[in-house]
Amino acid sequence: MADIAVARATSLRPALSRDDLVRGGGLVVMGVFLFVVVLLPLYALLSKSFEDADGKFIGFANYIEYFGTPALVSSAGHTIFIGVVTMVIVVTLAFIYAYALTRSCMPFKGLFRGIALIPILAPSLLPAISLVYLFGNQGMIKELLFGYKIYGPIGIVIALAFWIFPHTVMLLTTALATADARLYEAAIALRASKLRTFFTVTLPATKYGVMSACFVAFTYGITDFGAPKVIGGWYNVLSVDIYKQVVGQWNFQMGAVVSVILLFPVVITFIVDRLVQRRQVAQITARSVPLEPKPNRRFDLIMLIYCSVIAFILLGILAVSAYASFIKFWPYNLSLSLDNYQFQYMDGGGWDAYGNSILLGVLTAFFGSLIIFGGAYLVEKSRHYGKYRGTLQFLAILPLAVPGMVLGLAYIFFFNDPANPLNFLYQTLGILVICTIAHYYTVPHLTALTALKQLDAEFEDVSASLKVPFYKTFSRVTFPVCLPAILDIGIYLFINAMTTVSAVVFLWGPATKLASVAVLNMDDQGDIAPAAAMAMMIVYTSATVRILHIVLTRGLQRRTQAWRRREVIAETVGQPAPT
Amino acid sequence: MNTSCISLRIHKALAVVVAAFLVTVFSIPPAAADTTLTVYTALEAEELRPLQDAFQKEHPDIKINWVRDSTGIITAKVLAEKANPKADLFYGTSATSLLVADSLGLLTPYAPKGLDKLDPRFRDPRNPPHWVGVDAYAAVICYNTIEAKKFNLPQPTTWKDLTKPVYKGYLVMPNPNSSGTGFLTVSAWLQMMGEKAAWKYMNQLHQNMAVYTHSGSKPCRLAAAGEHPIGISFAFRGAKLKQKGAPLALITPEEGVGWEVEASGIMKASKNKEAAMKFMDWSITPAAMKVFNDYLPILARPDLAKPVKHFPEDTQEKMIKNDFAWAAENRKRILGEWQKRYDVKSEPKS
Repeated sequence: MADIAVARATSLRPALSRDDLVRGGGLVVMGVFLFVVVLLPLYALLSKSFEDADGKFIGFANYIEYFGTPALVSSAGHTIFIGVVTMVIVVTLAFIYAYALTRSCMPFKGLFRGIALIPILAPSLLPAISLVYLFGNQGMIKELLFGYKIYGPIGIVIALAFWIFPHTVMLLTTALATADARLYEAAIALRASKLRTFFTVTLPATKYGVMSACFVAFTYGITDFGAPKVIGGWYNVLSVDIYKQVVGQWNFQMGAVVSVILLFPVVITFIVDRLVQRRQVAQITARSVPLEPKPNRRFDLIMLIYCSVIAFILLGILAVSAYASFIKFWPYNLSLSLDNYQFQYMDGGGWDAYGNSILLGVLTAFFGSLIIFGGAYLVEKSRHYGKYRGTLQFLAILPLAVPGMVLGLAYIFFFNDPANPLNFLYQTLGILVICTIAHYYTVPHLTALTALKQLDAEFEDVSASLKVPFYKTFSRVTFPVCLPAILDIGIYLFINAMTTVSAVVFLWGPATKLASVAVLNMDDQGDIAPAAAMAMMIVYTSATVRILHIVLTRGLQRRTQAWRRREVIAETVGQPAPT
Repeated sequence: MNTSCISLRIHKALAVVVAAFLVTVFSIPPAAADTTLTVYTALEAEELRPLQDAFQKEHPDIKINWVRDSTGIITAKVLAEKANPKADLFYGTSATSLLVADSLGLLTPYAPKGLDKLDPRFRDPRNPPHWVGVDAYAAVICYNTIEAKKFNLPQPTTWKDLTKPVYKGYLVMPNPNSSGTGFLTVSAWLQMMGEKAAWKYMNQLHQNMAVYTHSGSKPCRLAAAGEHPIGISFAFRGAKLKQKGAPLALITPEEGVGWEVEASGIMKASKNKEAAMKFMDWSITPAAMKVFNDYLPILARPDLAKPVKHFPEDTQEKMIKNDFAWAAENRKRILGEWQKRYDVKSEPKS
């Protein structure tokens, strides 16, 4: 009798099975992880900005000092200026490029799409170095600047435009790829001009994509560190100020203050972006007719020329660094040699640094995909714990709003504190891996969620009712189906770990120097050709890994993703069940 | 198609990968029982490998972990870590920096074997000395002859010359806050001209300056590449660049040049004092001097010094009477004053 009573009582609320409890435990672990690697360091940073050098609380004194130093305050203005100008230029250029890729019938679309993505493989220091070779006082084509100096805002904006271009093209291509042909037919029927159609149909339909692209361009523009460091000259911006305060003068408190100031515009952008995205409604309904671009010789030709010019510039900037890295002594001895690749004789850590970067990339990709995919799985597939899953989701999105410089500095404060039990991680490869995962957490998390959402929840329900433990469903169904997405996450983390400078610049130790930081240090010493050489090594490595990834994904697609193809399912269904 | 079979295979493959990872990750750390010295230094990067190789020929059981940065940065690092020092040796940095560290009680006095053979200018006068030098480096003006012809820039022979309007926008020098060369140059001006005149001089110089760089090497590299034709730097860098074929003239100004000892001391907090002492002893042996002499002509043991190609020959007699103690005592004040006056023109990372 008692047994039945208990059973009845629990049946009113769905019982927490063992699976649920295990996954609940997993959620707690993930929550604690994100709390420790994102929120606690940020708290340490914030509190540091209210302390003096000896750690005493002094209220807003540091901030008052900051606003009393005109040189520092002017950086804030510079930063916003750079962000806005870069945003306008890069989004305009990328919009036309994406428009050509999606709405024209020009040839070589695949090629142009590939070229547009190339800058992702390089650290943002690389375009800046190339610009020095192109437009510096001894530049190859400095006449094109008509006497203006490349050192300063002009150089920063061009370098950033190169580096941010792929991110905006990707967003805008997605936004422009889906369109309802019926609207365009209506426009033609109403005899609206092409221009009018563009402003009344195309733009409104893509406004969310354009806004996203703007937010991304602005955020990357104000938070990047590599480009202004190399080519900024006297034009100070916030990210470089943080570095200057911390590495140049060991004024950690002021570094924290500048970080908090940089955090403001980024967080505001982040919040606005979230609010805007929430209002987005589906553009495509079941009754939509997909828009197929129609050939138009003049238009296609213009688009082809435009894309060729842009592609030429992108490849040109890369080629300049590649070429310069082989020059014996610019500009007086132009014979070619491998001298600049003798990194052991230069600052920055030599070939060891390159090895460390690859190790960092591999470890970050491996542990990062594991943690991030696991976290996304728990958020998406666990039942119950609704509120808690929401919190976890928030923690996973948050890193997007934290600039690398700020996160890196926050990590020093948090992990270098002798009272912190995690102090042993300081100056190890471990802290670099953790920091890189935390820094780039959000995008892979969203990728993983998208992949997981494609799997019907019924898989879990059926497994649960058949008393198949969740980990079996995970390893037999969820994991194989999501494998391409997991590989995407891995490659994303690997390439970012290879190219990032901002977060890790504060965290490397004597035994964990990195290739990207070596580029920075060699440029600092005036060794610009070896800096170009190391930057190119990073590009070659990420490109190789990217190609491997494409090959691997193709192979996997054939083996594990066959179910996505209709005919296979038909075949399988039509055949007798295997015995 | 048998999906479970595939997933099983993926599963196995994954397990292998995981295992391989864990093995690599956990097998990297401590492999040897050898002593590893952590050495904070401002020596040039290319010197470190030959120095280490020569040292390990005699002491194969002592490994060296170099932490290299410019003088200002490495000094700041030592000061910042004063509560919990990470270095065993503070090595090949300016005597001024060592005196600053010493004033905080971070160094252990030590008399290395063979101390009596040293030029007395190259050691701390106290007994036992708190720091010992190995060689000296001096400031120099790197002057790009090709670009100078292009822009009609006459060759300067004195510091005073550099304030002439003709050089406006063509000069670069290192920021003394981060660069040892920058500081020894500023300190020499202050000692030679007297404070008031020196600051006035620097005000005029500031008008001509294109940019202040973070490192002491960079002005000469920029001059060598013609990016900025005249750079205040140090002779070693200029000689190296000339050897590579840079169209440079290295000028030692008539008034005299600032110079610094590359000095070393043992950190009080070092847990490897015995190995650190061995390294200090070795540093003033003929074998070590030979390595240093490959880079610099002015050694702590003048009996062993040979001239080095491309170095200006008159450096030795132009070296001013340098008061390291004064420089160390006033360092903070000088740097603060400099920053207040000129930092606007500083390159990122000052």
